[in-house]
Amino acid sequence: MRGGLARREVAVIGIGETAFGELWDKSFRDLGIEAGLLAIEDSGITAQDLDAIYVGNMSAGKFIEQEHVSALVADYSGLADQHLPTVRIEGGGACGAIAILQGAMAIASGVHDIVVVGGAEKMTDVADARAGEILSATADQEWESVFGATFAGLYAMMARRHMYEHGTTREQMAQVAVKNHKNGSLNPNAQFQKEITIDTVLKSGWVAEPLTVFDSAPLSDGAAAVVLCAMDRARKFTDTPVRLLGSGQARDFLALHDRRDLTTIDATVVAGKRAFHTASLTPQSVKVAEVHDNFTISEIMAIEDLRFVKKGLGGMATEDGETALNAKISVNTSGGLKARGQPVGAVGIAQAVEVVRQLRGEAGKRQVQGAEVGLTHTLGGTGATAVVHLYGRVN
Amino acid sequence: MAIPRFWREIPSRYNLYGSKCGHCGTLDFPPRTVCPECGRRSIGKMESVKLSGRGTVVSWTVIHDAPAAYEMMKPYVLAIVEMEEGCRVTSQIVDVDRAAVKIGMRVEAAFRRLGSEGDAGVIHYGYKFRPST
Ligand SMILES: [Zn+2]
Repeated sequence: MRGGLARREVAVIGIGETAFGELWDKSFRDLGIEAGLLAIEDSGITAQDLDAIYVGNMSAGKFIEQEHVSALVADYSGLADQHLPTVRIEGGGACGAIAILQGAMAIASGVHDIVVVGGAEKMTDVADARAGEILSATADQEWESVFGATFAGLYAMMARRHMYEHGTTREQMAQVAVKNHKNGSLNPNAQFQKEITIDTVLKSGWVAEPLTVFDSAPLSDGAAAVVLCAMDRARKFTDTPVRLLGSGQARDFLALHDRRDLTTIDATVVAGKRAFHTASLTPQSVKVAEVHDNFTISEIMAIEDLRFVKKGLGGMATEDGETALNAKISVNTSGGLKARGQPVGAVGIAQAVEVVRQLRGEAGKRQVQGAEVGLTHTLGGTGATAVVHLYGRVN
Repeated sequence: MAIPRFWREIPSRYNLYGSKCGHCGTLDFPPRTVCPECGRRSIGKMESVKLSGRGTVVSWTVIHDAPAAYEMMKPYVLAIVEMEEGCRVTSQIVDVDRAAVKIGMRVEAAFRRLGSEGDAGVIHYGYKFRPST
């Protein structure tokens, strides 16, 4: 089975995240441990209850010259003498979301009862140009990068084609950034907490035409963690478990030029179908969603590919305010990668943290009213990997 | 990129050699060992084929933020080109007025310097594209 998670139900019983941003005074290990301990404290478990640790991390080897980070995190969390199995998962930007899936599968299969899944990235210890190169390494190094393709450049070519085929405008893409910065202004952990205008985006300088600096998510440091627990044991620790309803992970060609359609991320379409199928839900049941807005065009494609809106209408729906806070569907209430920040390994986990917060009713000023089902969508590379998770309130 | 890795790619990067599936006829560039359409039925039936070098722009961008190795070239035009034979490739478009680049534009391959690694590093050569009639 390629989708799944029906055998033994899995709940999120604890969440934690650091502030996101350029955190020059904090190391990779500081961040990972801060998020992990917050999640453990939130869950009410003790170290003895824990069966395993899963770590999502894109490229600590390149960003901080440290490999074997699963051992590092367990050690500095004070868990070395528990001799826990620890697993580090890569998958470009999707590594955190895959780590959640792997942790949940271990519980669903009955191998483990309680696991911590954390994700972290320390991106600002290297120069910006170097960080760009490291991100590009999730595309095809030999057949894209060596020809001068940058990560932003590849997304820019999706944007150009989307404009050509569907009439999407730069102003519609800019509106994604405006909305997400507005949501970020309500999130005390967000990297950017100031509102911006469409003009800010349009005039912020090209990165790769038609994308500007403000069409792009920032480089960030940060970490997030969740505690997953078998549903049959969750009530022992919490009154507000949030159920993992279904998940889907899918892949496509590594290089963008080999894909069927530049304006659709097929991996998102398939991962979404698998997740909705497992959960026996439709996109219409989702009221709150965190989607992978590493560039503004990515959010427009995501809401189309997840079937929240028809193909080609993502820009218009955004412009019409359908994805704003407490509108038809609240998209990226945390501020998204765009405003909350993009510490790559932490992204998929931070998305889960936000959705769980929303479903528990703990999102403060950015609380979505009446949300029963929430979705996270995470991309690796230029869409060679996509992961979708569906979470639900337990009444 | 390590030197052996760079040498391995020379036949395709210098001469545009792709592969054709002997089972279904699908053409792939860069060459593949297994046809994505036919799977194991294609094993041992993949033939080496030289592309004509002519194609059409499917999408394009102008790169303003470039890695160190490409600093000297920026801003430069990058495109996905659909080759006459049906496969698609990514590379730069050179010898062109940026204002004239558009989707559907006809281009042809030209052999150029792609970039180098550091001051004393390896120089990469390969195909770029230029406008054709
Ligand atoms: Zn074939």
